Formats: sequence, C-alpha cells, structure tokens
Amino acid sequence: MKHYIIVAILVVICTVLVYAGLNSIGLLPVQASAQAVSIDNLFQIHIGLISFLFSLIVVILVYSLIVFRRKKGETGDGAHIEGNTALEITWTLIPLLIVIFLAYVGAYSLGEVRRIDMTALQVKVTAGQWYWQFQYPEYGITSTELYLPVDRQVDFQMSSTDVIHSFWVPEFRVKQDIVPGQVTELRITPTMLGDFKVQCAELCGASHAYMEGLVRVVAPDDFVNWIAGQQANVVVDPVLQGQQLVQQYGCITCHSLDGSTKIGPTWKGLYESTVKVDDGTTLTADDIYLKSSILEPNLYVVEGFPSNVMPSFSKILDQTQVESIVAFIESLK
Amino acid sequence: MKKFFSLGLVRGLIWQIIGTGIGVGIVILIRILMGLPPWKAEPATVFGALLGVFFFLAGVGAFTDWFKMAKGEEVEEMPDESHLGAMRYFGVSLDHKVIGIQYMVFSIILMSVGGVFALIFRTELAETGMQFLSLIEYNTLMSLHGIVMIVSILVGIAAIMNYTVPLLIGASDMAFPRLNAFSFWVGVPSGLVILSSLFLGGFDTGWTGYPPLSVRAPLGMQMFFLGVAMVGFTSILGSINIIASIIRLRAKGMNPFRMPIFIWAAIATSIISLTATQLIGLSFEMVMFQRLFGMGFFDPVKGGNPILFQHLFWFYSHPAVYVFVLPGLGIISELLPVFVRKPLFGYKWVAMSSLGIAMVGFLVWGHHMFTSGMAEYLRVPFMYSTLLVAIPTGVKFFSWVATLWKGKITFPVPMLFVLASIVVFLLGGLTGPPNATISTDLHLQDTYYIVGHFHDTLFGGFMFPFFAAVYFWFPKMTGRRLNEKLGKLHFWLVTPAFFMLSLWMMRIGLLGMRRRIADYDPALQFQSFHQVMTIAGFIIALGVLVFIINLIWSAKKGEPAPGNIWNSRSPEWQVPSPMPVHNYGRQFEVVGEPYDYGLPGSTYVKFEGE
Repeated sequence: MKHYIIVAILVVICTVLVYAGLNSIGLLPVQASAQAVSIDNLFQIHIGLISFLFSLIVVILVYSLIVFRRKKGETGDGAHIEGNTALEITWTLIPLLIVIFLAYVGAYSLGEVRRIDMTALQVKVTAGQWYWQFQYPEYGITSTELYLPVDRQVDFQMSSTDVIHSFWVPEFRVKQDIVPGQVTELRITPTMLGDFKVQCAELCGASHAYMEGLVRVVAPDDFVNWIAGQQANVVVDPVLQGQQLVQQYGCITCHSLDGSTKIGPTWKGLYESTVKVDDGTTLTADDIYLKSSILEPNLYVVEGFPSNVMPSFSKILDQTQVESIVAFIESLK
Repeated sequence: MKKFFSLGLVRGLIWQIIGTGIGVGIVILIRILMGLPPWKAEPATVFGALLGVFFFLAGVGAFTDWFKMAKGEEVEEMPDESHLGAMRYFGVSLDHKVIGIQYMVFSIILMSVGGVFALIFRTELAETGMQFLSLIEYNTLMSLHGIVMIVSILVGIAAIMNYTVPLLIGASDMAFPRLNAFSFWVGVPSGLVILSSLFLGGFDTGWTGYPPLSVRAPLGMQMFFLGVAMVGFTSILGSINIIASIIRLRAKGMNPFRMPIFIWAAIATSIISLTATQLIGLSFEMVMFQRLFGMGFFDPVKGGNPILFQHLFWFYSHPAVYVFVLPGLGIISELLPVFVRKPLFGYKWVAMSSLGIAMVGFLVWGHHMFTSGMAEYLRVPFMYSTLLVAIPTGVKFFSWVATLWKGKITFPVPMLFVLASIVVFLLGGLTGPPNATISTDLHLQDTYYIVGHFHDTLFGGFMFPFFAAVYFWFPKMTGRRLNEKLGKLHFWLVTPAFFMLSLWMMRIGLLGMRRRIADYDPALQFQSFHQVMTIAGFIIALGVLVFIINLIWSAKKGEPAPGNIWNSRSPEWQVPSPMPVHNYGRQFEVVGEPYDYGLPGSTYVKFEGE
C-alpha cells in the first residue's frame, strides 16, 4: 500500500511540474486570429493530458527501476503476477472515455474554426513556383502583399498554377493546401495589427523555403486607403509593368538581377548576349529566344543549369505580359 | 581473385550492370525501329534499371533452384552450408539465420548511409542561409534520408523476424526458404536503384513524392519510384513467409496464447505488409506511367486528381508506420519479463492490442490529409478512427509498467535500450493526439513538430528496440556477447542526444518552423536550436559508430557466451550458442506458459528425450 500512495503523490507533483513547465516556456507563436483562440484552447487540453499521462507512466517506471531493482547478492525472481482483468478493463475503458471526450472537443473546435461569416472579405489567392499573388475581386486589384483589415473575416479562395502549395501564417494557426485543378477555401479573422509572413508549408520544389509573402493586418481605415492607392497605381510603362510581373510571378526567386547565380541564369546583361545551351550550340538572347524561354523553358536550357525546373508560363501570361517582361530584361542590359 | 568473383553478391552486381546496359539498348533499338530519335534518357534509364534488378537476381542465383525445379531436376532440400564459413553471407543461402544476419548487416549499412545524409543536411541547417549545399542537393538528401531510413527499417524488422521467428516457434527453417532468400536479395539491387537517383539529378519531393511536383522532378525521381516499388517485394514476400511459418510450423503444444509475444507482433506486422504494400507500389507506378507515357492519373488537365495519389500513398504509408513499430513493441514485451524476472502483465491483452493496432491502422490514413483539400466531411471520421489507436497503444504501456512493478530488475545493455524505447515511444505516442484532433493539426501539419513526433515513434518503436534485440540475440548468432562497456557508451551517447534532438524539433515546429525547408528566416531566431540539434545529430552518429565497432570487434574477440546468459525461458536459449545449422535438431513440446518467471519448477518447453 505504501508504494501506491508514494507513487500517487509523485504522479500529482510531476503532472503539476510538467504542466507548469510547458506553459511557462511559450509553446506557440502569438495569437493573431479568431480561429487561433479555439485552436489554442484545444492545445491547452492536450498539454494537460500529455502532462498527466507522461507523469503517470514515467513516475511508475522510474519508481520501479529504483525500488524494485535487484539488490546486491539477491537471487530469485520477481512476484509471480500474470495479470489482472479488472485493471486491464479499467485502462481500456478510461482511455476510451478520454478518446470520446477528445473526439467531441476536436469536432467542436473544428466547427468553430470553420464558422462562416457571410460578410467576409473576398481574396483570391494564386500560388505558383515560387510566388504568392492576391486578388481582391471586389476592388479589381492584384497585389503581391496581403493587406487585411483587422477583425473582419477573410474568405480565401485559393488555386495553384503548378504544384501543390500550402497557405500558412503561424500566428493565424490554420493551414490549407492549394491544389492544382481545384479551389480550396480558408477562412481567417485577423485580430491583431502587425506584419506577419505567409509561408508555403507543402514542399513545392527547389525554392520552397523562400516562398514567403508579407501579410499586413491594418486598421479598417488604413485598408481603405491602401485599396485606393492600389487602384490609382495603374501601370502603363512596359518596363515598370514587367518589373511588377517578375515580382508577382516569383521569376526573381531564381533569376538574379545583379549578376549572381541562383537556380537559373542571371538577367543582368542577358539581353542580346551570347548563351551556350546544353546541346552544345550557342544562341543570341534576342526577343524571340527570351519569349520562347518564358513560354517553353525546356526548349533551350543554358549549359550548367538543370532542366525541368522552370515551369512553362504559356498558359499563365498573355502576349503583352510576356513582352513587358522581355522589355524589363532589356532594361537590365 | 577467382574466389572473389565466385561470391554471389559480386556476380549479382556485375549482372546488374550488364542487365541495365541491355535494358538501355533495348529501348534505343525500339526507338530506332519506330523511327524516333534513338536517345531519350527517361525510358531508357527506367527500363534499364528494371532489367538490372532482374539480372542481379539471376546473377546472384536467387532463381537457380526454381529453374531447376521447373526443369524437373532435383534440388537439395536443406543444404548444409556451414563449410562455406563467412562466405555464405555473400551469396544465396536458404538458412533463415544466415538470411537474418544478411538482413541485419544490410539494414545497418542503409542506416549508416541514411544517417550520413542526415548529418550533411543537418550541418547545412546549423546556420541560416545556404552554405555548402544547393537547394536541389538539400532536397535530394532530405528525401533520400527519409526513404533510405524507411527501407533500412523494413529490412531491420525483416532481420529480427527472420532470425527469431523460426527459433521462437521451434521450426528448423521458414516455410519457404527459397522465397525467403529471394525476398532478401530483391532488396539489394532495389536499394542500389534508389541510391542511384543521387547521380541522376536527384529529386526534390521528399519521400512522399506527391504529384504534380514529382511529375516535374528530375530523372532521379523515377529511380526512387522504381526502387521503392521493387523493394516492396521484400515486404510482401517476406510477410507471406512469416505468416505461413507461424501458422504451419509451430512446435507441439504451442497454441496461440502460448506463443512468445513477439510472434503476435510479427503476425500483426505481416498482415499489414502483405495487404497494404501493394498500394505504395501502385501509386508510385502510376506516377511513373504518367511521366513515361503521359497517362494523366493525377493531372487535372487530363481529368486526373492529385489528391487521389495521396489517398493511395497513405493507405499504405500510414499502416506502414505500424509495420515499423509493432515488431519493436513486440521486442519490448518479449525482453521485459526476462530482465524483470516476472511474467508479462496481461499477456492476452498485449497480444490482442497488437492485432487491434494493426486493424485500426488501416482506417486512419486520412489524418495525413486534414489540410490536403480532400472532401471536408471526411475529416471528422478520420479523427475518430485515429484517436482510437490510442487505446490499444495505452494497453501496451500500462502492461509494461505493470510488468516492472514488483520485479527484480537488472540493467544489462539490452534492458537499457528496452527502457529507453518505452520512454521515447511514450513521447511519440503522447505527441500524437494533437495531430489527430483536426483543428490543432491545422497548425501542426507540415511542421517540425511532425518531424519530432515521428522521429520519436520510430526511435522508440524501432531504433531502440532494434538495438536491444541485437544486443540480446547477438550471442545466439555468434556465440560471443557484445561488449557491455561499449554497449553502455553507445546507450549513453544516443539516448540523451536523441531526447535533445526530438524535443527541440517539436519545440521549433510549434513556433512555426516548416518541415523540408533548406533555409529558414533568421528573424525566427531558430538558429541556436538548430545548432543544438546538429550537435545532437553528430553525437547520435558517434553512438552508432561505437555500436558498429562493437559488432565487428565482439564477433571475433567478444567474451564467449555459449549458454543461457540472460537466464531466459525461451527455447532458443535452452540449446548452446551459436545456434546449430538446422536449429534444434530435435523436437520440443510446449508444456507451460512462456513468461512464468517466479513460478518455481515451471518450464516453457520440454525437449524430446528429456
């Protein structure tokens, strides 16, 4: 009996210590969305359960190792206990009840997270290798930075131009994959002003690590101002438009503008220069070559660079856009 | 020199090179006949690699007996190969003990290769920015680390099951010795095919190989798909053998509830490998065909669906997790009573919990896809089924600590690893439910938390039990025991370092570290965590190096251990070590319970003529 009492006391002490310890070190990033509240509450339940079950098993284990170890000079075996059906039923049924409880709170929490507000702000998200693009259909603008008004639900309708990506802002907690060929939905209500980062959470190729975008949560007034500014900012100069496009579509993730080598060849001084492609021939990087390299990248791969890395943009960019990008590359001569 | 070329392995490798060349040639020939440009790298390499695998098998001699039988010639039923000495380990042998050791060595080699990959990219991660790897090299090493370790684990459990199952059930060999040899040898060329992807452009998809990314990846991707599909035969055919042997070859009196508990784990694991492995092979072959022939299984433009791949993939790859851990949990249950000197608490419950985990394991694959964009109504049922796994797993933990209670516990090296397994697997288990309740998983999915969680389950469920099993059964293999001092050094290097590694993984994952990224934002301030993890990784590697040195040294110079050094009741310890060629040589009958330690005068088995 003495053993059981000591173990029970130790389990309680250990549970309290583990629980307090885990909560004191700051396990999660700041809570910046309404959805995060419900998720963090569920995390709290999990942390409690983990603290208790960890303490229960580890305390009994360590206690046995110390108290029931073979002492010096001792021979013979331990107590001949084959089992105890009542105990087995208990430790099957109690976990079953815990599981049912978790299943209930888990489903409830999902319901909270997925609660739909009909007045939500619409944002269309396009993800591609390796860029984020945000469209505000109500205002007719497109941006590479995600501006969101605080305390209003945002309905993200997300699609991908190439492979699977995943939209994740750790401070908002929720995450959703973006799958080519379908539109996936995510709803977030930001509750905290500030700058965050949207990161691609699903491995999407070489530059996956760098597929990040700025998320700025602003007061409703500032949001209206930003929208107005964007709407006024219509670009006509092809070089400037090209500059915007290469940011939007993430071209510059792989192609540097300063002569350094990234995943693809640099654009600095590329226009009208001589390039050697991997079948051994040399070409001049004129308008036709540059356009074909955007539309059919694997036709001529520059020597020393891998093929099949750059996606084709033939279905993504229209004629004018391609010309603007070429104009921008020309400006880097 | 002649002796060198007479080795099956060497012959097989030469044949594999020739076969690959012939395969490439055939594709070129067909393309010329069809009036196409003769050289296209992808079909030529894939067909060459495929043919290479079969040529290896022919070269090593895995088909020889079957060809003879087909021609109506006599084959030797149970050849005695002991005169070959160490040479028999390099060619086709039908002895399950030899095959078990072949598997073990192969597993440790793969484990070392996969571990070196990890050390390379861990070093890269120690600092933000890219230092010495390119992004594609990083992704390739990370992906190969995953798959090489998975193959190493599959081979490792095959090692333990092959060596011990016939001994534990009192059989002279497996039910199908030739199939057994084939299962091992098909793994060797397939492993080489997987590794060859390193030299064919690598691949940047992770071991999951999700399309459409895997459709665009470099040529190395195809070698990965082909190699994994082929290595699957090791699992499928191996498990047929285990199941048939356990059903047909048990000793007299060994009714199901008197089998050693590890046998239950082996059965449960084999049921999964036999019925689920096909799905990963299938899903990978479908992507191969999409790349080779333009079949649009997963291409939305052609009416395919990328999510379908994930369903097929996880239908195997989740139960596979239980394939990895059930034998390990079986080893914990098998060894614990020996060192506690007490019966296993609740034998029947532990046995049934293995089957329970295996059965529920088939119904939970969707929990890998909570954020994937699959139909939303599927999420909640998959959460329910996933949480259910906790119940049989809990039964195991409670039974283990109840076994320890009031025992007479001793701490030789195998026991140390058993205890570490319990604690590490406990961490893996307890960090699981937050991934199961969907809304918390929306935060955790694809982060380092998941990485930490599954490293805990795989170290606790496979790595540590594997070490325990090798320390425990090594005297049975060699007649010598592994050095205890080096064993303790191995243990004390690996265990604390591993805790550091996996806890830090989970910590930064919760804070927002994505998995599978080559570089991380310095603003997140994770660099010091990564430095600690890198150091921990190197300490683990050092521990494993000590283990390998111990294996080589002790096999030759270890302390002789011909008898029952662990004072076990199990039949294999009632005969001298190393185990004789045809195992027991005489029948035994099961006359008691396997784990009746502490019951005076009882024995588990009685040998004929005793």
